[in-house]
Amino acid sequence: MKRWMLFFLAILALPARADLRVLACEPEWAALAAELGGEHVAATSATTALQDPHHIEARPSLIARARNADLLVCTGAELEIGWLPILQREAGNPRIQAGAPGYLEAAALVPLLERPARVDRSEGDVHAAGNPHIQTDPRNVLRVAAALAQRLAQLDPANAAHYAARHADFGRRWQAALARWEAQAVPLRGVEVVSQHKGFPYLYAWLGMREVAVLEPKPGVEPSAGHLAAVQQRLAARPPRMILRAAYQSGRASEWLAARSGLPVVVLPYSVGGSAQARDLFGLFDDTLARLLAAVK
Amino acid sequence: MLPRKPLAAPLAIALAAACAPAAADGEIDAIRAEIAAMKQHYETRIAALEARLQEAETRTAVPEPAAQAPATGGGRMNPDIGLILQGRYAQRDDLAERFIGGFAPVGGHAEGGGRGFSLDHSELLLSASVDPDWRGHAILAMADGAVEVEEAWFQSLGLGNGLTLKGGRFYSGLGYLNEQHPHAWDFADAPLMYQALFGERFSNDGLQLKWLAPTETYLEFGLEAGRGGVVAGEFDGNGVGAWTAFAKLGGDVGTDNSWRAGLAYLDARPRDRASHWEDANGVEAETLFGGSSRAWVADFVWKWAPDGNARERNFKFQAEYFRRAETGTLSCADNTAALPVAGACAGVSDAYRTRQDGWYAQGVYQFMPRWRAGLRVDRLDSGTQALGGGFTGVLAPVDYAPERYSLMLDYSPSEFSRFRVQYARDESMPGIDEDQWTLQYVMSLGAHGAHAF
Repeated sequence: MKRWMLFFLAILALPARADLRVLACEPEWAALAAELGGEHVAATSATTALQDPHHIEARPSLIARARNADLLVCTGAELEIGWLPILQREAGNPRIQAGAPGYLEAAALVPLLERPARVDRSEGDVHAAGNPHIQTDPRNVLRVAAALAQRLAQLDPANAAHYAARHADFGRRWQAALARWEAQAVPLRGVEVVSQHKGFPYLYAWLGMREVAVLEPKPGVEPSAGHLAAVQQRLAARPPRMILRAAYQSGRASEWLAARSGLPVVVLPYSVGGSAQARDLFGLFDDTLARLLAAVK
Repeated sequence: MLPRKPLAAPLAIALAAACAPAAADGEIDAIRAEIAAMKQHYETRIAALEARLQEAETRTAVPEPAAQAPATGGGRMNPDIGLILQGRYAQRDDLAERFIGGFAPVGGHAEGGGRGFSLDHSELLLSASVDPDWRGHAILAMADGAVEVEEAWFQSLGLGNGLTLKGGRFYSGLGYLNEQHPHAWDFADAPLMYQALFGERFSNDGLQLKWLAPTETYLEFGLEAGRGGVVAGEFDGNGVGAWTAFAKLGGDVGTDNSWRAGLAYLDARPRDRASHWEDANGVEAETLFGGSSRAWVADFVWKWAPDGNARERNFKFQAEYFRRAETGTLSCADNTAALPVAGACAGVSDAYRTRQDGWYAQGVYQFMPRWRAGLRVDRLDSGTQALGGGFTGVLAPVDYAPERYSLMLDYSPSEFSRFRVQYARDESMPGIDEDQWTLQYVMSLGAHGAHAF
């Protein structure tokens, strides 16, 4: 009897009390909301860095969290098109609908790369607005931070000064870190790499790295052995320095090529939580750079 | 644009002027050649710079429209239009009639055509926001010479407090599979339980109100009132043909597992619900049923994926159980066919009472990207079927426990295409053990609504 009582109490448990409840679609935005909101914000992420943000189940637990959220922060640019619309529809929560102040789309705040000339499914999983993987460039994080801080203040005006102060502090620390990262990354300029998925154009644009091949024949399409062999042959004449993949991606294709070409595979954390070191946003870029630099040593 | 010539020429002249006075005769040619080379070099560099500038200009030009791009929640198209192409090849025994033993068929068409090749279930989907507070959605099923409105409803987005109102024709929220369209099914056909209860599924014209509790665990309650669809038969009157109430509970266990359980109650008032029997003389009799039909439906789904990343491997278990009680009056409406043998049932009308149950359980495992295999077990029990004295020697209900075992393997080249092969051992009709083979394709074009859990 007692155990049943506990079970029912657990079901009826209400979500954490905070001035603002933020549901982020990806861990990087949850981490950013935590940086900017401090104790006034309870931020959680719908996904982890080990999950493919294109393919998430609209699980009951996510709908429950969307129901209680004051602010939904997502990458947008159709990255979450397979699951986010369900959360918004089923949550019965007008605060987080598209167009409401409680919905912030990060990709709308930064210049997007790789806008496809042709949007057709024969091109694979392409996004009409451009490549959505914007969080791999720390300058984009700064742009999103400015908008997010404003949005927090708009939704919780009582703590506006608090959010502004935390944003200013975050901006200072981030600028300092940016200078440090850019100094560290000098050896990466012009380095030629192979990516498993077109997931890093913003990182490459920031560091001046060059993507000479992609293992997926089309975005989101698993490479076949034949396709990988063709990539290997093409690279043989002028071998790149490394193969990059994100922590959530299967290692099959990159390990296949690595075994045959001798190239090192660098697994990037991709988001907060993607590696033991990537505990927060600063750790994410510290670890990303450390892994890249180790491969060019 | 940089003015290429005007910049390059003065540079070359200045360089030449600086060098010329000091030059001896022999050196002049060499210097000229050097200048020409430098000029060439600078021209190419300037050309390269121009190209880079142009590229940079186009690149910075891109963000503007991107920044104004509509927020997610559908594409740019308004409305979103999608098309599902679904067809099959079916290998079946040549049977004059198909039914589920011990269950009086409830209207509605059983799943798609007959044997051989057929366009099983192709659908056109339309969906868009109506205004900031409402959303509209319609799904039309296309068959030769006919268009069937499968769903056409509006849904609220702005009620708040966890409330959502839906109105129109919609698939009831009872059970787990009921709301899913055939293209989202894991098997090529509906479970026997759904076929016995609703023909294929419970579709209702009416209103649905759902409330999502503000708890951390997913807890949802729903209430539906409507015409009652096939369950209520020819319900034609003021008021409500069927009420449905349901509760759903769900959550995660770690990052690898998620689940949902539901319980629903359906209370319908059938009026002139048509069904077919074979009477004591072996003549087909059309019967009409009026009274009450009450059913409980329990459902459970468990999904597993390592790290919650279903891309590589995942497993899904689902099971549903129903118990239905019907009481009322059964009357023979038409029993005149098949002369020379006369029907035994014509004009008879008497009490009718049943209490039946059934379930199915299935598991689907994605063992590598793109490939899934699944097993489903269906079992029903005809239970109690009591007919009033007027039917003695006229209609004899069959006691039977229909069973079916289905195995399927499917391959999805992408998330928008799927090919499936399914084998089923079907013992849903007394005395008939049938081996069924189905080959199926499911293709989705255009805007394709996100799939629910």
